[in-house]
Amino acid sequence: MTATADPPLDPTEVVRVHVPHRSARSELRAIKIVWRRELIRFVNDRMRIVTSLVQPFLFLFVLGGGLQRLASAGTHGVNLKTFIYPGILCMTVMFTAMFSAASIVWDREFGFLREMMVAPVRRSSIVIGKCLGGATVAGAQGVIVLAIAGLVGVPYAPGLIFGALGLLLLLAFAITAFGLSVAIRIKQMQSFMGVMQMIVMPMYFISGALFPSSGLPTWLTVLNRVDPLAYAVDPMRRLVFAHIDISAAARRALDPGIHWWGWRMPAVLEICVVLLLGLGLLAVAIWEFSATE
Amino acid sequence: MSTTDTAAITVANLRKQFGEFEAVKGVSFEVGAGEVFGFLGPNGAGKSTTINMLCTLLTPTSGRARVAGHDVVAERDDVRRNIGLVFQDPTLDGYLTAAQNLKLHAELYGVPTKLVGPRMEQVLRMVGLWERKDGQVMSFSGGMRRRLEIARGLMHSPRVLFLDEPTIGLDPQTRRSIWTYIRQLQEREEITIFMTTHYMDEAEWCDRIAIMDQGQIVALDTPERLKAGVGADRVTLQTDDNDAAIAALRERLGVQAQIAEGAVTFRIQAGEQFVPRLFAEFDPARNPDLPAISSVSVSRPTLDDVFMSFTGSTIRDAEEDPSKLRNRVMMQMMGGRR
Repeated sequence: MTATADPPLDPTEVVRVHVPHRSARSELRAIKIVWRRELIRFVNDRMRIVTSLVQPFLFLFVLGGGLQRLASAGTHGVNLKTFIYPGILCMTVMFTAMFSAASIVWDREFGFLREMMVAPVRRSSIVIGKCLGGATVAGAQGVIVLAIAGLVGVPYAPGLIFGALGLLLLLAFAITAFGLSVAIRIKQMQSFMGVMQMIVMPMYFISGALFPSSGLPTWLTVLNRVDPLAYAVDPMRRLVFAHIDISAAARRALDPGIHWWGWRMPAVLEICVVLLLGLGLLAVAIWEFSATE
Repeated sequence: MSTTDTAAITVANLRKQFGEFEAVKGVSFEVGAGEVFGFLGPNGAGKSTTINMLCTLLTPTSGRARVAGHDVVAERDDVRRNIGLVFQDPTLDGYLTAAQNLKLHAELYGVPTKLVGPRMEQVLRMVGLWERKDGQVMSFSGGMRRRLEIARGLMHSPRVLFLDEPTIGLDPQTRRSIWTYIRQLQEREEITIFMTTHYMDEAEWCDRIAIMDQGQIVALDTPERLKAGVGADRVTLQTDDNDAAIAALRERLGVQAQIAEGAVTFRIQAGEQFVPRLFAEFDPARNPDLPAISSVSVSRPTLDDVFMSFTGSTIRDAEEDPSKLRNRVMMQMMGGRR
């Protein structure tokens, strides 16, 4: 026993606290503290920051560098690493966001979820706080990858950086909401990881993060058009390509955009798709979480 | 007993059914403000189910309960604002420091910002963890974590503190220190403490205890009065043939004995004076056919005896998994029989 009893305090010194009734302000405080907890945990866990960078760097430099010679015929002189860079940005955010959402499964396993469930706050505040926290953490991770843009021939233009940051945060939010809507139903970490592998990897590959989304076989084109991630990857690529200097032919081949019956979807609409999807999934997560005992 | 007139908890005919199984079969009781009230019983007696209904984690099948002046079903939020909870299983975030865990709790409960700091210092000092406030909870021992949970449960100055098996899995020394904290706390904070335990010796710390068995309250009183109600001393014998010993006790000395925790046990007035008679009868020189007694102990009534007199078994025998070590030691002593 390390602890010994402190000298008794004077009973009159007792600091009494009166807990006020639930209000919008108290809900905001709850959202904020749940959000902050995610950040504190992220900052404390340096291992996680490093390990979650391994995969994107592996894809970017090993896959991108290794396949360069094979792909050079089709890239019109553009470095393959430059081409897949927007996709890698999305990948970083996606996997970090998924892991953040997984924390709700950990919280359940280690009992901490109960502490939040019995608090006199709305369940929605907890879910919103978690979602914003996960999005912030994933966004921060994306910034690290954004910082190496120069290494793959992408300029550090303010418009590009702020635009990319906005897109990353949006994607991080949507993916965290998606992850939460899955994680709330799942009681064990192994199952969550299994489900994620099953959903996230195909979604990522089909999205066109690593190849242009035109001239694909019909079945892949169909899958690509219904993959929500495609609508996050495309504006990101459009943004990056708007800031690099390449031939018109290369632009047509590498940044074809998403077409519906010959009509190219504008970036704003694509962003709206991701945003609405994110909000919809957040609503699902809140509904599920409120229904759990 | 520091009970005042107002009741902190009022329970009327509370029931909880899980499918076919009736976990709590209509219990009624009252806990006065400022009381330390213990719920005692083996695992599966319905203690945790009852406590979960009182702290709004489970909805009762029928019956009513009011905690801190609010109905647990109709005014769930009001109840939650006024109670503190320490669960059986840990619910701390190991990645955060002690102070961060308390801060998080204060924010979730809406503790006024300027009071968070002073209140945190107070509760941490109370459980002797102030110096460790910046330590990561992951590095804390089991006893420290439990104390931190108690401190956290107090952050928002609840009127009733619920402790579900607060000392389970802790060593005896730590258990005792936790109890010292609980008693100090009750004096200093003037709060009502409702707790469950299945350690009989701990129930002695309570002002009043309710003994629960198979979903019902079988006895409710102060520990002293419950023990006085039993009266007789308890004699426990180790023999090399328990069944023969029980038969011999019945036939030769007119004593009704039974086997509990692998030993022969019975109750009798003035136990010390009975022991010479017992040995005279079981003397191998006189009655070589009787089983040999290897040890004998006489004890004043304990809450174990109270429990036994109401339920017919010791609390450990009533548990689903009897304390294995104890039984193994017994078996070795009895030469591997049974």
